[in-house]
Amino acid sequence: MSRRIWDIPGGIHPAENKQQSLQSGIIAANIPTELIIPIQQHIGAPGKPCVEVGDNVLKGQVIAGANGFVSVPTHAPTSGEVTAIESRPVQHPSQIDGLCIVIKTDGDDQWVNHSAINDYQSQERSYIIDAIRQAGIAGMGGAGFPSAIKLGIRPDTKIEQLLLNSAECEPYITADDSLIQERADEVIAGLKIMQWLVQPQETLIGIEDNKPNAIAALKQATADSNIEVVVVPTKYPSGGEKQLIYLLTGKEVASGGLPSDVGVICQNTGTAYAINRAIHYGEPLISRITTVTGDAITNKGNYEVLLGTPVSTLLSQADAKFDKTSRLIMGGPMMGFSIHNAAVPIVKVTNCLLAPTKKEIPEPDAEQACIRCGSCTQVCPAGLLPQQLYWFSKSNELEKAQHFNLADCIECGACSFVCPSNIPLVQYYRFSKGQIRKQEAETKKADQARERFEFRQARLEKEDREKEEKRKARAEAAAKKQAAKKAATAENTAASESGSTVSAGTESTGNTATTKLKSTWASATKRWKDAEKALKVAEKNGNDHIDALQKKVGQLKAKADNAKSLYDEAKLANAENADSSSSTSNLTTPITPEQPITPQQPATPPTNDPMQVLKQASADDFNTWKAAQQKVQEAEATPSDGVDIELLRKVEAEAKEKSVASKTAMKEARAKEKEAMQAKKAVEDPTKQLKLDAAITRTKAKKALKALESLGEDHASYGALKTAYEKAHTAAENAELALKAAEEA
Amino acid sequence: MSVLHVTSPHVHRPFTMNALMRHVIYATIPGLIVLTVLFGWGTLINVIFASIVAIAAEAIVLKLRNRPTSFSIKDGSAILTAVLLALAIPPTAPWWLTIIGIVFAIVIAKQLYGGLGSNPFNPAMIGYVLLLISFPLEMTTWVPAYTTEGITSVPTFAQSFAMIFGSVDRDIIDGITMATPLDTFKTYAGNDLTKLQSASVLQGNIAGVGWEWVNVAFLIGGIYLIARKIITWHIPVAVLSGVFLFAGIFHTLDPDSYASPIFHLLSGGTMLGAFFIATDPVTAATSNKGKLIYGALIGVLIYVIRAWGGYPDAVAFAVLLLNLCAPTIEYYTQPRAYGHKKANSGIAK
Ligand code: SF4
Ligand code: SF4
Repeated sequence: MSRRIWDIPGGIHPAENKQQSLQSGIIAANIPTELIIPIQQHIGAPGKPCVEVGDNVLKGQVIAGANGFVSVPTHAPTSGEVTAIESRPVQHPSQIDGLCIVIKTDGDDQWVNHSAINDYQSQERSYIIDAIRQAGIAGMGGAGFPSAIKLGIRPDTKIEQLLLNSAECEPYITADDSLIQERADEVIAGLKIMQWLVQPQETLIGIEDNKPNAIAALKQATADSNIEVVVVPTKYPSGGEKQLIYLLTGKEVASGGLPSDVGVICQNTGTAYAINRAIHYGEPLISRITTVTGDAITNKGNYEVLLGTPVSTLLSQADAKFDKTSRLIMGGPMMGFSIHNAAVPIVKVTNCLLAPTKKEIPEPDAEQACIRCGSCTQVCPAGLLPQQLYWFSKSNELEKAQHFNLADCIECGACSFVCPSNIPLVQYYRFSKGQIRKQEAETKKADQARERFEFRQARLEKEDREKEEKRKARAEAAAKKQAAKKAATAENTAASESGSTVSAGTESTGNTATTKLKSTWASATKRWKDAEKALKVAEKNGNDHIDALQKKVGQLKAKADNAKSLYDEAKLANAENADSSSSTSNLTTPITPEQPITPQQPATPPTNDPMQVLKQASADDFNTWKAAQQKVQEAEATPSDGVDIELLRKVEAEAKEKSVASKTAMKEARAKEKEAMQAKKAVEDPTKQLKLDAAITRTKAKKALKALESLGEDHASYGALKTAYEKAHTAAENAELALKAAEEA
Repeated sequence: MSVLHVTSPHVHRPFTMNALMRHVIYATIPGLIVLTVLFGWGTLINVIFASIVAIAAEAIVLKLRNRPTSFSIKDGSAILTAVLLALAIPPTAPWWLTIIGIVFAIVIAKQLYGGLGSNPFNPAMIGYVLLLISFPLEMTTWVPAYTTEGITSVPTFAQSFAMIFGSVDRDIIDGITMATPLDTFKTYAGNDLTKLQSASVLQGNIAGVGWEWVNVAFLIGGIYLIARKIITWHIPVAVLSGVFLFAGIFHTLDPDSYASPIFHLLSGGTMLGAFFIATDPVTAATSNKGKLIYGALIGVLIYVIRAWGGYPDAVAFAVLLLNLCAPTIEYYTQPRAYGHKKANSGIAK
């Protein structure tokens, strides 16, 4: 054959032990008295039971519905009565229980109404894919990934190769082999449905050269089609999905990526058969072929068994000698796991039950020290350095283990197989992987908590700042009016020198304040616009913080409007002032101070060398932002597994926002500092300062009064202003007293 | 059913560390035979004596460290260390020399670092270097191979035994031993051509009398190791290429001062070093690319030290120096893993 086979690196040749289970054809397993059907037999979300205890169910009836996208429904494998929905020991490697629906079988094996889809090619593809999903079909080789998801590719994804994985490289297992030998036509029919669904450029079947009968059957079944049977050399683990893809196409699935990323879809033999049954017969996935083998089994062979059949039932039918077996393995000897309870049920992924004698598979020898002999490196099909991973796992250096690509280990066990020191390497890797997952979950949680905290913190700060600004703006607006009035009064009454000085002073203060207000307005507007932009971006990307953003935009808009109105008001006041248009007013309601209050402090920048702190914060935030930006760029340039670009982008956006905010804060603080410096310079001699103080406080008090007047008593902030005026008034009196005392001194 | 939770894989290649060490020891047999034929029983006696000392030393330390004694001794690593050291020292080496070397190798260089698998340096070579520096005279004189001009017989078993266990005066031993070809070459090369050409140990042969056979024997043993997949070809080929290339360059430039590359490949401990010592897995690099770099640098260093260093042979120094570099080489020669565009390098992000 002309097709090139890309040899995979590494690999091993364990004793095949396949002949034992190929002595007879597929044997029908008995219907047990009780079926235990776990609602989770696949990767993803477990199904939702939709029957109740006491219900009578028919064969093929849905007993648990799919629950989410990565989920498939579960069907009753035969007719009977639901006797329990409860937690039972299941096939999990870590021996945990799972929710199961228990059916007491009635022996009638009576089907629910079901019908084939005639002429599937005239249907919509999505309809067929849904039918596959509704039939509960999940990958029947490895992890049990729902097949419909694999097949439901996006229309813009071009599939170059559709592969059928018939390699079955694990020793002992012959389930696919026997299925092909006996029902090659049905397997191919299933494959053809998939072919029609994904429209690949070529369709290949990968099979190891140690199955001559199956190869012949496949060749015959595919004779009149464009499906090519590719025979690959026997070598474990050539049946690993990624390995088979490489063997047949020379393509490598990127670490953390999916086969469809490189235009390949790989499906299992049993899956193809199940799809055929689902479409051409309308039968959901309720049974499978399981190899029962090992020297402790008398009737070794391949059994067609109902899902949910307890292992013990199947083993007794095969006449297992329980006293002879050293362990019970679900799956093959390389990747299967030992089970300790024969009550666990057969599920969709159970391709083999292995009951070896002690002689056949003895207890493992004691673990010795790693001598770095490198045998493991030579056989690793993933191109890893298993002994380094082992060292890192052993010393819990998870970061290094990750750097040495622990995540790409497919747990094939080739390294442990050859290790002369009997080190259970894979066990170490599983442990470390578990640790890493745990750690990642924790960091994620911590990150989220921190994000929430920072977000809250930022929001509070912003609110404080807004309040402060509003307060200032109001006070200044009031000041303007006051100043205008003052000027008018000064003209009218030919005020004293000091009076006019104060007036001139207030006038200039008024102008500065207006400018400030203007800038406040501008910055508020800008912030609002920015937020709006962010919102738009978020909406486009489908970000889940949209609500929060929307709220923020609303707030900022209000703030901007507020600032604008304040600015307008102030401008108006200034204009009045400039016109010197007289505006007389009478103090009709003199307000008496109730308690002495110290002069009001101008808003001071934070203490503890505030500029330094702010500068530092600003620089830090800027750096954080830049780093985040770079990360995003990196991630975009080299998309790799585990890196959530969306998340990175979000972090970046937040960092940017923070950086901008802290910069603004710094600038504001700097301006304030300058003001403070100038004020300081102006006051050198104490009396002068006191005089100035007195003048300022007086003005303030007057301003406050004026502001108070301008508002009606029913105005919302009347109360607040009144207090402010009272404070200012007292302050003025105190200042005057102090000045007098100083002058006398 | 067992309580022990056994995880996959459940099957295991029936090849243990013990078998691995045993095969390496088997592979030294051709070399050992040739050494015995050429230089008398001394080497064989040393090998056996050293092994006994090594087992005793290992057992005592394991006891002190509260480790399972017989379990660890069965791995055969102590015996292998002993064999390699005994092969490297002269057949006339007195018993105490062997004891010092072995004890240092096993106790200090191996067990104190945490035992098998944790030692950064090749124990046999640490022992060898200690002896070479401390007892240069005993370590550099060999009885001449019986094929040397003027020598008609090798020491008998009794003679060898007497020499090793001290009933023969050191002066007498010194009287019958002479410098090795490498040593001779080092002494005369470039300054005394007449002596160089007339030195009996260098007469008429490609690599000094007798030594070419020793090296060929170790080469055969090495090929056996590669064939049995005990070692890969990378390190030996890289070491030999390193030596050959450098020796070739300098020999071409100045044949009078620099020996031919063939001389270098077939004299001294070149083959023993390339196949048995540099390949000690514990202290070598493990990735294939790393092994090539590691081996080539050893080869180059062997030549550099031989040509310009203070010692006639350099395998031990070269190997130890590269042991130092092995972890770093390892970090920078990670193979490219499946699904990755390029290999990671360095220690960690
Ligand atoms: S095979 Fe075992 S002893 Fe050899 S390097 Fe790998 S882990 Fe270490
Ligand atoms: S189990 Fe992992 S490290 Fe070991 S050979 Fe397989 S892929 Fe490599």
